Amino acid sequence: MGDVLIALAPALAVSTWVFGAQVLAITVVAVGACVAFEWLIQRYLIKGPATIGNLSAVVTGVLLAFNLPSSIPLWLVILGAFVAIAIGKMTFGGLGKNPFNPALVGRVFLLIAYPVQMTSFPSVDGSSGATPLALAKGVIKGGGSVSDVMSQVNFGDLFFGNHGGSFGEVAALALILGGLYLLARKVITWHIPLAVLGTMALFSAVLWFVAPDSYLSPAFHLLTGGAILGAFFMATDYSTSPMSRSGGLIFGVGIGLITIVIRIWGAYPEGMSFAILIMNSLVPLINRIKPKRA
Amino acid sequence: MKTFPRGGIHPPSNKLSSGEAILPLSLPASVVVPLSQHIGAPAVAEVAKGDRVVVGQLIGKAGGFVSASVHSPVSGTVTAVEPLANGSGIKTPSVVIAVEGDEWLPSIDRSPELVPECRLEGPEILSLIADAGIVGMGGATFPTQVKLSPPPGKKAEILIINGVECEPYLTSDHRVMLEHPSQVLVGVGLIARALGVEKIFIGIENNKPDAIELLRKVASEMVRVLPSIEIVPLKVRYPQGGEKQLITAITGRYVPSMGLPIDIGCVVQNVGTALAVYEAVQKRKPLIERVVTVTGKGLGQPSNFLARIGTPVSALIEAAGGLPSDAQKVIGGGPMMGRAMSNLDAPVTKGTSGILVLGASEAARCAETACIKCGKCVTVCPMALEPYLLSRLVQKQRWDEAEAGAIFDCIECGSCAFTCPARVPLLDWIRLGKTEVNKIIRSRLSC
Amino acid sequence: MTLLYTILALVVLGVFLAVVLFVVARRFHVVEDPRIDQTESLLPGANCGACGFPGCRAMAEALVKEDDISSLFCPVGGADTMKSVAEFLGKAAAEREPEVAVVRCAGSCALRPDGTAVRARLSTYDGARSCAIEASTYSGDTGCSFGCLGQGDCVVVCDFDAIHINPASGLPEVVEANCTSCGKCVKACPKAIIELRRRGPKGRRVFVSCVSRDKGAVTRKACAVGCIGCGKCVKVCEFEAISLENNLAYIDPVKCRLCRKCVSECPQNTIIEVGFPAKKI
Repeated sequence: MGDVLIALAPALAVSTWVFGAQVLAITVVAVGACVAFEWLIQRYLIKGPATIGNLSAVVTGVLLAFNLPSSIPLWLVILGAFVAIAIGKMTFGGLGKNPFNPALVGRVFLLIAYPVQMTSFPSVDGSSGATPLALAKGVIKGGGSVSDVMSQVNFGDLFFGNHGGSFGEVAALALILGGLYLLARKVITWHIPLAVLGTMALFSAVLWFVAPDSYLSPAFHLLTGGAILGAFFMATDYSTSPMSRSGGLIFGVGIGLITIVIRIWGAYPEGMSFAILIMNSLVPLINRIKPKRA
Repeated sequence: MKTFPRGGIHPPSNKLSSGEAILPLSLPASVVVPLSQHIGAPAVAEVAKGDRVVVGQLIGKAGGFVSASVHSPVSGTVTAVEPLANGSGIKTPSVVIAVEGDEWLPSIDRSPELVPECRLEGPEILSLIADAGIVGMGGATFPTQVKLSPPPGKKAEILIINGVECEPYLTSDHRVMLEHPSQVLVGVGLIARALGVEKIFIGIENNKPDAIELLRKVASEMVRVLPSIEIVPLKVRYPQGGEKQLITAITGRYVPSMGLPIDIGCVVQNVGTALAVYEAVQKRKPLIERVVTVTGKGLGQPSNFLARIGTPVSALIEAAGGLPSDAQKVIGGGPMMGRAMSNLDAPVTKGTSGILVLGASEAARCAETACIKCGKCVTVCPMALEPYLLSRLVQKQRWDEAEAGAIFDCIECGSCAFTCPARVPLLDWIRLGKTEVNKIIRSRLSC
Repeated sequence: MTLLYTILALVVLGVFLAVVLFVVARRFHVVEDPRIDQTESLLPGANCGACGFPGCRAMAEALVKEDDISSLFCPVGGADTMKSVAEFLGKAAAEREPEVAVVRCAGSCALRPDGTAVRARLSTYDGARSCAIEASTYSGDTGCSFGCLGQGDCVVVCDFDAIHINPASGLPEVVEANCTSCGKCVKACPKAIIELRRRGPKGRRVFVSCVSRDKGAVTRKACAVGCIGCGKCVKVCEFEAISLENNLAYIDPVKCRLCRKCVSECPQNTIIEVGFPAKKI
């Protein structure tokens, strides 16, 4: 768990630089609320030994914060933390027993219950506050072509986090560095991230190749929204991903497919959170695929 | 480089005593020789209190088909035949002999000369092996003559000699290969002749290049008297020396679930067993002593001893520098598959490949925390089992599901428990479940 | 108009489904003895399996089906339940004395201390918390290979919250009010320490709290309260209720008249009396 926090640090630094100190305030509140809720529930409802020492609540807090816009009111952060920890995790018995990624449960709850606050992103450098994906969706729905979108988006900005979005998901480069650190420390294996990103790239590449005017390029898909944060940090959550490596591949392919389907044909511009939650629900089924025996 | 296809771990090897030559240990004042040092029926005592015995004399006769004879490792007087505590504190029938001098049976050839030639036929070799009470020396202690007699309808094609020694700390097989290469190879040839096989492999983990090179050299020098033997270097990876893993690594064949190696035409023997077979057949010396690694980071002098069966473990530890002050656990065998001993007066037996003394920092088993479903146990399991699931099923006593999960295929290598970040004692539970499920299967077969 | 159509459609659908339900119910009707339901309601409903059936329902079926129910007994409900069931079914009830689980080991932490004359804790077990695993691993952490291991397998299997490990002694203690004598703990104990014994008149009973079959000298070395098989209790008993086998005394609960002579005679204080009023001093 400590390694995950280290891996998230560069992205937090970039976000703070882009969006300002508010980012730190949201992260601190989210972490504090998550830890406090877990401690209270463990102490007074479950009446078991304290579990906050395993840092999982801290990770949930940071990941939840990363999935929020930097303009969100702090009371919503606390509400999200409550849903994440109380409903997403402790209801099932705590660490290791929760079927859904707690941070995403909190995030999706906020997204559905408070859509306005959750999708008003502060503007960066005078550009519009919308995320690149929302921008693209708007343009394409309005009958525009992909080239109209591309004229408004700079790939360098995508890489370095200089665009609108939930504050933890914008800094692609910093997140990739963190993901590589996790791979190097053997906290995660390459299976799930590669399957997620590979499927997204392949699927969008096929569409893009067929009709480059109506579909966004694979690079755009990979660098926007929660693709990298989701692939390296959310989908790889131990408790909510399959046990075996081959199961991880199936899981990752499913996330990649659903994400692109939602992004292109769904009502929301971004589908990573939903895709991960949907595949989380299939994990028990995937775990029933027994390891291959000779 | 060859290796088994799935799972496995890399524990620190800690082979502290690999450079230490085998030292004969001085005779203890008395020995305790258990009558059951093997898998199968215990031997039946052939001596009574007050009898005089000499080295090599039969003191316990094999008590069934799957059983092994026991010979006196010392000369002296039998002072008791009674149940005595073994390393686990469980009482098993044993013969206690007070040592007087060192008088050997005259039929045993004690000269150091190599006897490479053998004119005996397979069945004669087998009966000499049975008479010598030889069992699998790697620790499994299955009577060797039984393993070398395939059941009707099955034919051995490949003989594999296990010189892997993948357990951390242990060096007894390594030293045997370095110090008695010709004897081991002659023994291998005898086993091959008893089985009637042509294809012979010796698997050695690649961290013992000296042993690989030496055996290759000796095998080429002795090519006139020996069948052709291929020395196969294997990747360093635990449990490379597991019987099923070794077979797959070398031949690519898989032992079927619940099956035996002989089902796919393979027989695996340990290098220590090969040496014992050489001594039994060519020197007529029964299994009365063995090489034991006594090791541990806190020990003054980690060593490889040639100890008589029945010597108290405490005497071996004393000879290796005595128990260090921070010693917390003494393990019979290696750190992965060995058993902690609660009784240091327990004797060395035919299956004691090592005595490992662990200090407080190494022995501590951390407190168990919640399983976070990381799946590491599934990844490292060399048998493609799901240890997290099996241990849960055992705790819930759901034996039918544990059986469906092939719990009986567990080789108890301990890779899952070693790798578990939540320190769940996975193997403890699975071992319990294996016993229960095997009981259920057996009762189903009997009715 | 829309409203009318809606109502009509729903009515037609309702009538159609009602006909289907009626036909199915008639066609697949199972005749079941109504007494099974009533008998089941007389049983405690613990579904513990102590009667030998998978649950109370199966027991009720058997009670209704069998003519002679004297071999069927619900230990949880006890004689009262069986009497009411028998009355209801008009059959003869099984007679059985109420029983309770007793723990026959008193070798507590305090009585097996380190480094004193009674040297007991020889090793420390740090494997999985399970008596079954500890018992299969080795003889135990004291010089006594028969005594309680204290990992609490009996506590885990108890459905009635009737047995707990006392942290001070490290031994299980039975909450007699909760114990239904279902026998699960008896089966769970790998050392066969727990025994179902009759509760006795007014809950009074006398039993030997030890199962060690070691020779006296060995037992004495390992435990201050172990039965050493001296046989004094056998001699003092006027009712021939005590037998001595394999260095271990056993009091027959049927023959015992609760005179308690053996209790004061036992040199090891192994024989325990339960439920008697405190002695006046």
